[in-house]
Amino acid sequence: MLYLDSCATTPVHPDVAAVIHEVMGTFYGNPSSIHRLGLEAEQLVTKARRVLADALGVRPGEIVFTSGGTESNNLAIKGAVNANRARGRHLITSAVEHASVYEAFRQLEDEGFHVTYLPVDETGAVRVEDVEKALTDETILVSLMHVNNEVGRIQPIEEVGRLLGARPKVLFHVDAIQSIGKLPVRLSEWGIDLLSGSAHKLEGPKGAGLLYVREGVRLTPLFSGGGQEHGYRSGTENVPLIVGMAKAIRMAMDAQPDNRRKLEQLRAGLVSRLSEMPDVQVSGSGRPEEMAPHLVHFTCPGMKSEVIVHALEQAGIFISTRSACASGESSPSRVLLAMGMDKERAASGLRVSYTASRTAGELARFADELAAVLAKLSPMRPAGAGRSVLQPEGGSAS
Amino acid sequence: MNRIYLDHAASTPLHPDVLQAMLPVWKETFGNPSSLHAYGREAKAVLDEARRSVARLLKASPRDLIWTSGGTESDNLAVFGVAAAWSARKEASGDMAEAGPGHIVTTSVEHHAVLHACERLEQSGYAVTYLPVDNFGRVEPEAVERALRPDTMLISVMYVNNEVGTVQPIEEIGRIARERGIPFHVDAVQALGHLPIDLERLPVDLLSLSAHKIEGPRGIGVLYCSPKLKLVPQLYGGSQERKRRAGTENVAAAVGFAAALERAVRLLPEERSRMEELRALMLAALARELGEEGFTVNGHPEHRAPHILNVSFPGVSTETMLMNLDLAGIAAASGSACTSGALELSHVLRAMRLSEPCASSAIRFSFGSVTTESDVTKTTQVLGTIIRRLRK
Repeated sequence: MLYLDSCATTPVHPDVAAVIHEVMGTFYGNPSSIHRLGLEAEQLVTKARRVLADALGVRPGEIVFTSGGTESNNLAIKGAVNANRARGRHLITSAVEHASVYEAFRQLEDEGFHVTYLPVDETGAVRVEDVEKALTDETILVSLMHVNNEVGRIQPIEEVGRLLGARPKVLFHVDAIQSIGKLPVRLSEWGIDLLSGSAHKLEGPKGAGLLYVREGVRLTPLFSGGGQEHGYRSGTENVPLIVGMAKAIRMAMDAQPDNRRKLEQLRAGLVSRLSEMPDVQVSGSGRPEEMAPHLVHFTCPGMKSEVIVHALEQAGIFISTRSACASGESSPSRVLLAMGMDKERAASGLRVSYTASRTAGELARFADELAAVLAKLSPMRPAGAGRSVLQPEGGSAS
Repeated sequence: MNRIYLDHAASTPLHPDVLQAMLPVWKETFGNPSSLHAYGREAKAVLDEARRSVARLLKASPRDLIWTSGGTESDNLAVFGVAAAWSARKEASGDMAEAGPGHIVTTSVEHHAVLHACERLEQSGYAVTYLPVDNFGRVEPEAVERALRPDTMLISVMYVNNEVGTVQPIEEIGRIARERGIPFHVDAVQALGHLPIDLERLPVDLLSLSAHKIEGPRGIGVLYCSPKLKLVPQLYGGSQERKRRAGTENVAAAVGFAAALERAVRLLPEERSRMEELRALMLAALARELGEEGFTVNGHPEHRAPHILNVSFPGVSTETMLMNLDLAGIAAASGSACTSGALELSHVLRAMRLSEPCASSAIRFSFGSVTTESDVTKTTQVLGTIIRRLRK
């Protein structure tokens, strides 16, 4: 079994699981209780908050714990917009955001806000000039993802942050769910006001996320109740998962420089193999420094991505067609269409994602299996739909 | 020091069997249930099995259960979700143009997850009636009926009060709601595991539940939503939970919820009578320690949950008592955990119009499956010692 879908989710790291078990068994108090067990639980939450704040280079009071990435994105966008709606009615995001960002903006559009969905170039990148052109006096929020979860394109967050630095009225939200622990994330240097993170993408538990809220940024909470998390997020704190997330994120961030080199090598090797396959077109930018190192997206024009996924599954290899959150949808990927692909190519998109514990040999095995699957499927394609018609051997000898 | 934990209404320790049920999910079934491959399908199958199991235990259809991140989210989704759906219908239909701003009937003793959600709606122009309660904390069904308006779009009443344990007349209120065709939400977070919940029989449309009050994990709740009801989601994103709640599902916690509920429902009859005995034992011991005049019991004498005992010790302030109990290794609470950080008078006791000496000295003891007779007698002795020392 070769699991190559770590952008969808990852198994919990054994050390993280051990910490979660310990907290569940011993520190079961409710942090809002004023007795010792409550206090101990509260201290654990405080410590986790400090660990994460240190890792991200921010203040502990700026970290809000949530139930996951979707809630973090919803809270950042709807919370910021609702708290600042008197200052303007215009919002900016991109056409390639995760569903939890995209759908939150659709909801705000229904409420009467004007939303600009910035286009992207053929590599999947937003242009800083487009952000600048879209800004109006009414703009109160710009929300962009750091790394696209489907193709892995890195967005020009630093440049956009610098641009927005001159406009204090505009809040800058960054969905960093796919980049924390994979790439450096410099919140204050990049002028970020709000940043979403999630635990289960980096060997932490499902059900835990965080939102960085820069001090001074006003936010209307999504959940009302006991007033936990400085009033930003009511609900009994999920102490074991919060502690587990802190451990997972710190481990990932500590290992990030080393892992990045490893991941970049894995990516370079895989991209080079894929480039040799006539049926395959690698998506995104050809410049490695513009792509996240932990995933590779490619298309096999003329083929159906589901067919390839299922054929690989027969060989014990697990990849995905797109974002897991959009897997049930039958229409071609919104992200790939925004990058200018036609429907046929967009319907053949595949994503391979991995952690640093995968090896070059494992990715080579995937490439071999893919070549075999494509060779088997190629004759079934309509003539002229791809170059492999001219190369019946599959052309993947390497 | 041997610690005694009498704060199970705030949170319970995770039961070892529940942890055992969750372990393999983290290790093996870690896939994202939305993924199409085998890992995803296995995770989806495990998630669906947990949903079926919870549905079976509540006598509901699996389709009508929504996994949430806990009781607060369930309550918020019910209140905000119904209000948003009502406003959307009003906007779309000319017939409703004359309807009022939209009205909610609730009580003044609800958990803050309902009360503060209602206050938020008031700020956005909705109208809310907060019904008073009697000295035992109970609301009259007739009062609910009298409060209804043509534009009432939700009735929200809790099953068991989390501070004093009073059980509300849910069936009577539900019948009124059914007759008038008004959606009825019940916050049953404190009832779960202590009172039988049969959704085939109970006339409710929305019901909030949480796992960590029944020896299940934190961070997982359920909202039951009747298929007849339209609910506008509050978290947007992927199409999880039949588009009613986006976000990657917390599969391990859902499995933990099902395991905890299975245990709680199976043991409910014997645990209920055991807790009644603990409660009676504590009251008898308190009478011996302090005399009948030395304390008063808050909450309803008959309509009450077995696991909550709220007692006032006039002359000893709540904070002083909790601090002294804590020093002796005993964990109890002032009101609900979510307000005990704030040392203000509980909104529940205020609504019950307790005398000042009683309201300012109330302590909540709440029992769980690990609570023993000796915990209770030891606590009573410590209470006697503290009170004799302080009242001197």
